[in-house]
Amino acid sequence: MGEFSNLLMGFQIAITPFNLFIALVGIFLGTIIGVLPGLGGANGVAILLPITFTMPPTSAIIFLSCIYWGALFGGAITSILFNIPGEPWSVATTFDGYPLAKRGMAAQALTAAFTASFVGAAFANVLITFFAPLLAEVALKFGPPEFFAIQLLTFSAFVGLGGGSPVKTLASIFIGFILAAVGLDIVTGKLRLTFGSVELMRGFSFIVAVIGLFGIGEIFLTVEEGLRFRGEKARIGFREMVTTWRELGGYWRTFIRSALIGFWMGFKPGGATPASFMSYSFAKRFSRTPEKFGKGTLEGVVAPETAAHAAGGAAMLPMITLGIPGSPTAAVMLGGLLIWGLQPGPMLFKEKPEFVWGLIASMYTGNVIGVLVVLLFVPLFAAILRIPFAVLTPLIVVICAIGAYAVSNALLDVWYMLIFGVIGYVFKKLDYPLAPLVLALVLGDMAETAIRQSLIMSRGNPAIFFWSPISAVITAAALLLFFLPALSLGWRRLKNVPAPAASHPDHTP
Amino acid sequence: MKHADILTALVLLAGALLVVWEGWRLGFGWGTDGPQSGFFPFALGLGLAVCSIVSLVQARALPSARRFVEPGKLVPVAKVALPAAGMVLLIHVAGLYVSSAIYMALYMRWIGRHRWSLVILLSVGIPLVTFLVFEKWFLVSMPKGPLETWLGY
Repeated sequence: MGEFSNLLMGFQIAITPFNLFIALVGIFLGTIIGVLPGLGGANGVAILLPITFTMPPTSAIIFLSCIYWGALFGGAITSILFNIPGEPWSVATTFDGYPLAKRGMAAQALTAAFTASFVGAAFANVLITFFAPLLAEVALKFGPPEFFAIQLLTFSAFVGLGGGSPVKTLASIFIGFILAAVGLDIVTGKLRLTFGSVELMRGFSFIVAVIGLFGIGEIFLTVEEGLRFRGEKARIGFREMVTTWRELGGYWRTFIRSALIGFWMGFKPGGATPASFMSYSFAKRFSRTPEKFGKGTLEGVVAPETAAHAAGGAAMLPMITLGIPGSPTAAVMLGGLLIWGLQPGPMLFKEKPEFVWGLIASMYTGNVIGVLVVLLFVPLFAAILRIPFAVLTPLIVVICAIGAYAVSNALLDVWYMLIFGVIGYVFKKLDYPLAPLVLALVLGDMAETAIRQSLIMSRGNPAIFFWSPISAVITAAALLLFFLPALSLGWRRLKNVPAPAASHPDHTP
Repeated sequence: MKHADILTALVLLAGALLVVWEGWRLGFGWGTDGPQSGFFPFALGLGLAVCSIVSLVQARALPSARRFVEPGKLVPVAKVALPAAGMVLLIHVAGLYVSSAIYMALYMRWIGRHRWSLVILLSVGIPLVTFLVFEKWFLVSMPKGPLETWLGY
């Protein structure tokens, strides 16, 4: 089996003292980022991206992915102890986690959450180890039409499965693509949408957009709501850990079911949040004691956490094999790859095997380190939320400003960050989803190049997206997903069923 | 909520028309060897225009009961946003470290009403740590002002 020797090679890279140290620091910072309001995985990675510029690429990606794992762990801490989901995918964890903490069982709930996260991530890692090389092998045969079809599928998934208003989702996608088109046209060398301004020639950096939309926008929302943090006590003793693990053994069905749901939802964009909700409701339906759900049962913590972490791991699959990120966080990492001089996509497996397998191996080591760190240092992380708000708020704004400036040493980017912050605040209140906007901004140039090359290949005939079997299937699936909201509306009208209550989960893993 | 929705849709529509016009100017047809520069922007602008018109129509049907922001709730947001803009303005003259120190001190004292000792400790200490981390360890240069020049950086 080639995968095993490759993975072994990856471990040799991931287990060097420097890379283990980098992973530890990444997990620590990531957990802090996950705990803090306004600093999620995506913009945490974006802010810390500049400090990776001087690292070797493999260490840099290990650092960033460990921040991501840390942020996933951090979300569980605030959900259980403070009833505040630090991340949208940990909303479902509050349902049973917080009641448990209020009953004085915080240690058990946290142990269950961390164990579940670990199991979910480990499951996703094993699947990625075997699927990623296969998918990359297939993707090597892809031409521009196939790549454009996959991008179409990515964005159709947001429209069809995003949950919010399809029109607003589509508007967000268009805005992202338009912002990406500003500046030099890479094909003809013409200036576009700059309106004679020299400053606009550089275009918009999506990292700045991420920091503004998610970081600053989130701060505005938080101060408007006037959050006060009142948390339960946290300390995990060894005895509590062991008794909890003994009890968790009985929930092996929930673990497996949730991990499968998580992985299946996760490699599609925006998957972690719906995966966590779906897995929670499945766990409730199949449980022997469904009446305990919502009042504080470990099973209700296990289900969403396993799914969210399996989904978080799965989101790395399309990024490393196709060069197409499944989430804003993956998008920022993809941006990092470009900055370090690597071309994301299937060729990476052939050209830089040590990078890809180092990353995959670091997903194993990172999660082992992660679960140990959070189990040992929970009180420390929980103490962060007890820092007064008037201290945290300006600190986060300053950190965001530093991150935005460092992307390309431009003060103008800091102004853009503030403007994106206001846009993020307004859009979030009006239910314009932010994740598709960011993904469109990242993929804009790639998508445009793919569609133009395809049209050149076919001399302007748009039917080219149906010429090869692979792109035909993907394009058809994309169109189906795209029209899914309209189809289900028509179906309901036909059957005279009232529409379900509008829900607007925001997918920003 | 209704008015904010309508206003946003109108702003998006105006932006979309600007993009369509730019696409038109660049040419959106078939050039000598492929689609012209304006092809993609033109299509995107048209798409955004259609979306904003549809959401405009949808917003008009919304009940106007829910407000975008409760009155008075915008004040804390402005208290973060305006000083932040002031800080960015100050970075142009005084550099990042001094500006962020002033911004943090101002916010902690004015909004948080923390003790002066704490305010001074944090607003001097945090930029100092940032300076060490970025300029010394990771060799990422931040904008500097007269103070750093005076200190020899």
